[in-house]
Amino acid sequence: MQIELTEDQLDTLIDDVQRQYGYDFGDYARASLHRRIARLMTVDRFVSFAELRYRINSDKDYLSRLIDMVSVNVTEMFRDPSFYAALRTQIFPVLATYPLIRIWHAGCASGEEVYSMAILLKESKLLDKSIIYATDINPTALSVARAGIYPLAQMQKYSENYVAAGGAEDFSSYYTAQYDMVKMDTALTKRIVYATHNLATDSSFNEFQLIICRNVLIYFNQTLQDRVFHLFDDSLEGLGFIGLGSKESIRFSTVEASYQQIAGKDKIWRKGKK
Amino acid sequence: MAQRQEIEAPSKVILIGGSAGSLSVLLVVLPLLSERINAAVVLVMHRHTRSEDLLEALLASRASLPVRDIEDKDQPQRGIIYTAPADYHLLFEPDGSFALDSSEKVNYSRPSIDVTFESAARVFGTRAIGVLLSGANADGAEGLYEIEQHGGITIVQHPETAEVDYMPRSALQLFPPAYTVRPGEIAPLLVRLASDISAARD
Repeated sequence: MQIELTEDQLDTLIDDVQRQYGYDFGDYARASLHRRIARLMTVDRFVSFAELRYRINSDKDYLSRLIDMVSVNVTEMFRDPSFYAALRTQIFPVLATYPLIRIWHAGCASGEEVYSMAILLKESKLLDKSIIYATDINPTALSVARAGIYPLAQMQKYSENYVAAGGAEDFSSYYTAQYDMVKMDTALTKRIVYATHNLATDSSFNEFQLIICRNVLIYFNQTLQDRVFHLFDDSLEGLGFIGLGSKESIRFSTVEASYQQIAGKDKIWRKGKK
Repeated sequence: MAQRQEIEAPSKVILIGGSAGSLSVLLVVLPLLSERINAAVVLVMHRHTRSEDLLEALLASRASLPVRDIEDKDQPQRGIIYTAPADYHLLFEPDGSFALDSSEKVNYSRPSIDVTFESAARVFGTRAIGVLLSGANADGAEGLYEIEQHGGITIVQHPETAEVDYMPRSALQLFPPAYTVRPGEIAPLLVRLASDISAARD
């Protein structure tokens, strides 16, 4: 049986976490955040809100558990294959003209889509002149990404996605299987830099030609979404690209006027000249 | 681009959930929903990830109201039929806007009808009208009960008319909904429940 979590209790928790640890969930999408915290209470068997509150305030290590639960880490390789096909055919030819390609993958979770990007770059012979900065709020997810070890059971689906995205190689050549896990080829990781970064509070740290942020903004309310779009805008060179999740859009943001969606229905926008 | 202030908030939000055997019911109901209803219509169907566009195309070909995909943070508008996208849960923000969430499946389903109904109950209260159709899964029963408890109106397809009666029966075992009706009765009932007072007088 699930314990009811009231809106006031959720506010209290958000305040506690903000004051004590500096993580600000105040502008996260409310409905989803509510579900995540309610789920945390169920899964970790808290019998009351007071107990959860005490645990969070008194146990620093439990914060990472909270962050792990709140930051939804559901992801897959070549998620929405047509997005990756569009990157390959429409965006990479433009990126290829730069001497050094800088890509920011914001909210990369456990890294499946970062490896997808690295595979695409490698096949387009662009990996050696690219740097992918892969960031996430969740250190636990980042350590999974860094290790590049994933369940073998997922590979069938990823392989289908890869083919649907226009992949022509043997997908299994990108990993080595051992028992029920696979390890991604280390040749893919040499151009990836992992770091924690909190989109709600941290600032711009470089300039990029491509920013990927997929299925992250759906967890933010419009205020925070707008903050993030400004952060991306500050971090994107003129004529650079932003790629979002399949149900996300730049259209409610105040930076929208400087961007144009590329042809087709894929969620990629190009910035105008600065 | 749509400006927020131009959007007329619908007086009701009709939420229709269904799984196996519910498509044929929708094809009976949707053609009969016209602009008379002062409501947004939100469909939460269990569906395969890859069949995305086909379902929308089929529904659009039969419905008299426009059928639209949902994007994150869209505001539901009057007279529009929205379909919950495959592989996301559909929730509502306090301001009534749609919010998507790709977290773990609930009742083996994403979208889960329970998740959408429960969120709608909290946000829309008495403005919510929940409809649960045929299906082979108990998803939706708890959520429909939430709508009932928050003062919304609940409608269940009569199990004897359902291709797969598990879903409507699960709801009926949980609580007595306001209406238990046959497919042909659903649209007239929705029109009656969600019409403008002025339109009803016409």
